[in-house]
Amino acid sequence: MKKLLMATALTAVASTPALADGHSEIKLGVILGFTGPIESLTPSMADGAELAMKEVTDSGLLLGGASVMPVRADSTCVDAAAATAAAERLITADGVKGIMGADCSGVTGAILANAALANGIVMISPSATSPGLSDAEDNGLFFRTAPSDARQGVVMTEVLLEEGINEVALTYTNNDYGKGLADAFQTAYEAAGGTVTISAAHEDGKADYSAEVGALASAGGERLVVAGYVDQGGSGVVRAALDSGAFDTFHFPDGMISAKLAENFGDEIEGSTGQHPGTDSPGVAMFGEMVGDAFDSTSPFTPESYDAAALMMLAMQAAGSAEPADYKATVMDVANAPGVKIFPGQLAAGLALLEKGIDIDYVGATSVELIGPGESAGNYRQIVIEGGEITTAKYR
Amino acid sequence: MTDFLNAIVALSNFVLIPGLAYGAQLALGALGVTLIYGILRFSNFAHGDTMAFGATMTILITWGFQAAGITAGPLPTALLALPFGILATIGLALLTDKTVYRFYRTQKAAPVIFVIVSMGVMFIMNGIVRFIIGPDEQRFSDGERFIVSARDFKEWSGLREGLAIKTTQGITVVVAVICVTALFYFLNKTRTGKSMRAYSDNEDLALLSGINPERVVMVTWIIVASLACIAGVLYGLDKSFKPFVYFQLLLPIFASAVVGGLGNPLGAIFGGFLIAYSEIFITYAWKKVLVYLMPEALEPSGLVQLLSTDYKFAVSFAILVVVLLFKPTGLFKGQSV
Repeated sequence: MKKLLMATALTAVASTPALADGHSEIKLGVILGFTGPIESLTPSMADGAELAMKEVTDSGLLLGGASVMPVRADSTCVDAAAATAAAERLITADGVKGIMGADCSGVTGAILANAALANGIVMISPSATSPGLSDAEDNGLFFRTAPSDARQGVVMTEVLLEEGINEVALTYTNNDYGKGLADAFQTAYEAAGGTVTISAAHEDGKADYSAEVGALASAGGERLVVAGYVDQGGSGVVRAALDSGAFDTFHFPDGMISAKLAENFGDEIEGSTGQHPGTDSPGVAMFGEMVGDAFDSTSPFTPESYDAAALMMLAMQAAGSAEPADYKATVMDVANAPGVKIFPGQLAAGLALLEKGIDIDYVGATSVELIGPGESAGNYRQIVIEGGEITTAKYR
Repeated sequence: MTDFLNAIVALSNFVLIPGLAYGAQLALGALGVTLIYGILRFSNFAHGDTMAFGATMTILITWGFQAAGITAGPLPTALLALPFGILATIGLALLTDKTVYRFYRTQKAAPVIFVIVSMGVMFIMNGIVRFIIGPDEQRFSDGERFIVSARDFKEWSGLREGLAIKTTQGITVVVAVICVTALFYFLNKTRTGKSMRAYSDNEDLALLSGINPERVVMVTWIIVASLACIAGVLYGLDKSFKPFVYFQLLLPIFASAVVGGLGNPLGAIFGGFLIAYSEIFITYAWKKVLVYLMPEALEPSGLVQLLSTDYKFAVSFAILVVVLLFKPTGLFKGQSV
């Protein structure tokens, strides 16, 4: 009996390198809110991530021919305890080597702090944008292919300063998104030498914003920055500001930019500026072609999900190991220049190059470039209202 | 001198004119509350939702007119639809009285029971309004938007500050003046009006002198429903229509009625303007006006804002509490609560 055990153990030890040569299987967790407030977005996000895994498996090039198996779990988007339990299960029971997710900022932070950090698992989130996650303790394990709203604050600052606007009034919708974005913008703008004359919250769903606009107008400023929602109080504030003649031009972050904005105000807000995440990189079109009719490739954060999964596997290849402790250091290398540019559908080529020791620069569907604490630099479409229409000024 | 004019214009644009329109809307609402309190002797919590119902009906008819191509030229089409809205609101008020309030009146129920009953009515009306038009915001204003637009005023006057007077603000004030004049004429000069006041002063004495109580009640509901509908439409026209907002309006409206003295129509009007101006004065950032008025050395660097605009409703609440503590009958002598 003892001998048999010994023999089994020996065989197991001996067979490990052999497995890596041909038949090994690497499991990756896909933890997204399949139920909950964004359940309509998550199926195509998961499909995007799994498409990248299939591409890699089919190529047979990852770590000498390993296959990649996705394991899905539900983050619920809002229930931190449920999300942590799901992540715990993925790590301990399924033995995943990395997690593509989570989606919403709150549960992402919870999983990172309670499950990923404790077990040393790499997480790449495609959609958590809260600036708070930039400072979260992560031991270099946490990345995201979505830009932080802190980044949007910096982009807003650049746009405004380039336009020669040095003094603005700021109003935000009174929730985590509005407050986070407003704080990020104010910090960036003031650091760059601009002045925020007032930062005032507005509540959504009120009939009348003339009192709020009265305060904003009294504080003054060359432009009014409205970090709100176009279907909610944001439009109310703009309406009241136009009616009272308090402000003629505005600056709109992503929550305000939609066809509704042009429809509501048209040429009344001529010359106003704004920005929202977007890119003109050829990667998006290539991703769309590759997906075809399999699922909706234009759904929000779907390309980001593909990129998140792809990055994780390319990093493994670069490190020559599927262990999180090894490949966490190479994620930034494969994502950024220098190197050969890799677009969606070219993962096989990327894996082959890495195997030969040639550096790559993963561009992917969303022009991935990771900065600072491992988050997307973020590509934004800068818009300007011209002739009553939203027109693209440039991409940055 | 220009500085002084700029200060006056800025103050008018952001404080005086919006306050005037808001005060007129509150006053019309408070008049309805105060009449119910004076004559039927209970606080009608369903008043805000009666306003919402009147506005809903008027909006639907306005849309019909707009679809049929009927407009009022530079004035909002809603003004043409208003009489029909009033009729619908009167119908609803009389129906509620007949099916609900009359039952408790014949039982001579205590006022507090009426208050609770009116809350039940409020919830039902709440539901009806949402059922008909939905909980979302609706816009129904059309016609000329401005009497004076900020840009035109700046060009005309050469001042730095603009002055905007919206058509809806003008209409609000004009309609409010007409309604109040008509109401006071009715209460003081006509036989029915006098019988209502007699019924309000002393119910038993009025009954003894041969006044028909059911008729007084009916006329009261007709007047109150008309006022509610007009107030609701003017508010929706000037700001925007959203059912939940009318529920929130209940607080400043009751504050206005109580401050002025419940049951006293003159007090309701005064209370409406007092609440409106307090809300705006206390939450306005005075920096701009003071910068124009003060010598340079004394110019404020802060916003000079006593309370953030988020606390607007807290102002009417605080006034309500203070008045109830120190002068329960209100500033004009009304009935104590």
